[in-house]
Amino acid sequence: MPESTFLDSTELVLNMGPQHPSTHGVLRVILKLDGEKVLGTDCVIGYLHRGVEKIAENRTWAQFNPYTDRMDYVAAISNGLGYCLAVEKLLNVEIPARAQAVRVVLTELNRLASHLLWLGTHALDIGAITPVFYCLREREEALKIFENYCGARLTTHAFRIGGLQYETYDGFEREVRAFCKMFLPKLDEYEDLLTNNRIWIGRLQNVGVLSADECKEYGVTGPMLRAAGVKWDLRKAQPYSGYEKYDFEIPTRQNGDTYDRYIVRMQEMRQATRIIEQAVESLPEGPIIRGIGLLRGERRRPAALPGPGAPALFRELAGIGPHGERRADSGRGGGDRNTGYCARRG
Amino acid sequence: MTGERLEEIHLFGKSVTMGKLLRKIFLVDLFTGLKVTFRSQNPKYIYTEQYPAERPKVGERYRGAPRLNINPDNGETLCIACNLCALACPESLIVVGSERNEQTKRKELTTFTYDTSRCMFCGLCEDACPVDALELTQDFELATYTREGQIWDRQTLEEGPKPTPYKC
Repeated sequence: MPESTFLDSTELVLNMGPQHPSTHGVLRVILKLDGEKVLGTDCVIGYLHRGVEKIAENRTWAQFNPYTDRMDYVAAISNGLGYCLAVEKLLNVEIPARAQAVRVVLTELNRLASHLLWLGTHALDIGAITPVFYCLREREEALKIFENYCGARLTTHAFRIGGLQYETYDGFEREVRAFCKMFLPKLDEYEDLLTNNRIWIGRLQNVGVLSADECKEYGVTGPMLRAAGVKWDLRKAQPYSGYEKYDFEIPTRQNGDTYDRYIVRMQEMRQATRIIEQAVESLPEGPIIRGIGLLRGERRRPAALPGPGAPALFRELAGIGPHGERRADSGRGGGDRNTGYCARRG
Repeated sequence: MTGERLEEIHLFGKSVTMGKLLRKIFLVDLFTGLKVTFRSQNPKYIYTEQYPAERPKVGERYRGAPRLNINPDNGETLCIACNLCALACPESLIVVGSERNEQTKRKELTTFTYDTSRCMFCGLCEDACPVDALELTQDFELATYTREGQIWDRQTLEEGPKPTPYKC
């Protein structure tokens, strides 16, 4: 970096993040700027290290499942599916057909919800304020389906190892079909607003180009790889959860710039809607979970008592000593409590 | 001279066609854009909830504040102190205290501690409960003035937390 101040030179070194409002504290980018032109960047990563692997070491297989929702909170269902599939692969179990189909419906809905948040905020960052309202409006409908299905909107914990915990609710199929029917015209509306917009094209085309070779070098997959022209989709290449039964295409583009990634993701939303429609048309009947029982090598062990890290009052109420041992005078009974001033409805 | 050339006018050194000029004067593009906006102005498309005044209706399966259910017939707890919820909890924030009743030779629940401040409302405890005693309810307003207020004992779990007016 050249030694200069912005007063006597046009070059400016600027830190973007980790506290930049649009990076959510996840990334620090050291920018070298010439006015509005970015001459070079240097990325500092590692701000989002949460040690989930270490947490996983101290949990049973089923207990770790809710933590996967928190890895990417806009794609909780997809993360949960990945984890469940991995454990099922380890156990070599086949899950019931109905569970597979419901998983596909929910995962693709989650893809739509995630892409909608991406589209809205992406357009917002470019300067187009309208799409974010429209996208969040449609996302709300998908989140309502999640909430009715499993009781949570973001950190869903929808799937369990071996299938599903919850049977679909009354009207699930109707609501999903209505969502798909409502959603396709809305996608056209977004495309009307953005795809041929001159500012949009001007700010996206030839920006952030990542060629197919670079993608492979860095291990980049998903829409970014497909935008660079590689027709690779795990749902086609190594089908799981019954994806081989559904008819859909892999959208690809050639240039690998931000505009192409935008187009690929928009096409992906259309394909996801197609998959949801097919899956919900043919939801098989039958069980939703396959009992697995205790996993081999996993013994039922006493519940871990909270250690020194637990709050003092919790230890006191639960009758646990400072080092996590259970005290003889096992806790305070009911009655004398009310330690915290409760703000609820007050 | 062709017909097209006739329509062209010179304005601030640029030549524009009559049609383009009229579009600019009457702001046609602006209204085309606003048409999309006004299509969404129908009050039935309002998604904003006026939260404290208007409370959202959460899903039936919503996982919120925990509750320890009581048998409505005799007022006794449904919990059989089997400790399965404590085993299932990923954060080990449930501690079940029990003692053996010498007359009936049964295990009886004495204390139950649930730390909602560390709870992630995954619902594993609820799924583990064999008698549907522990349940995550649709109550979602769990704010307290102190950290300690988040730790619920058996009475709070059975009766629900009671709001205490704020004292300075």
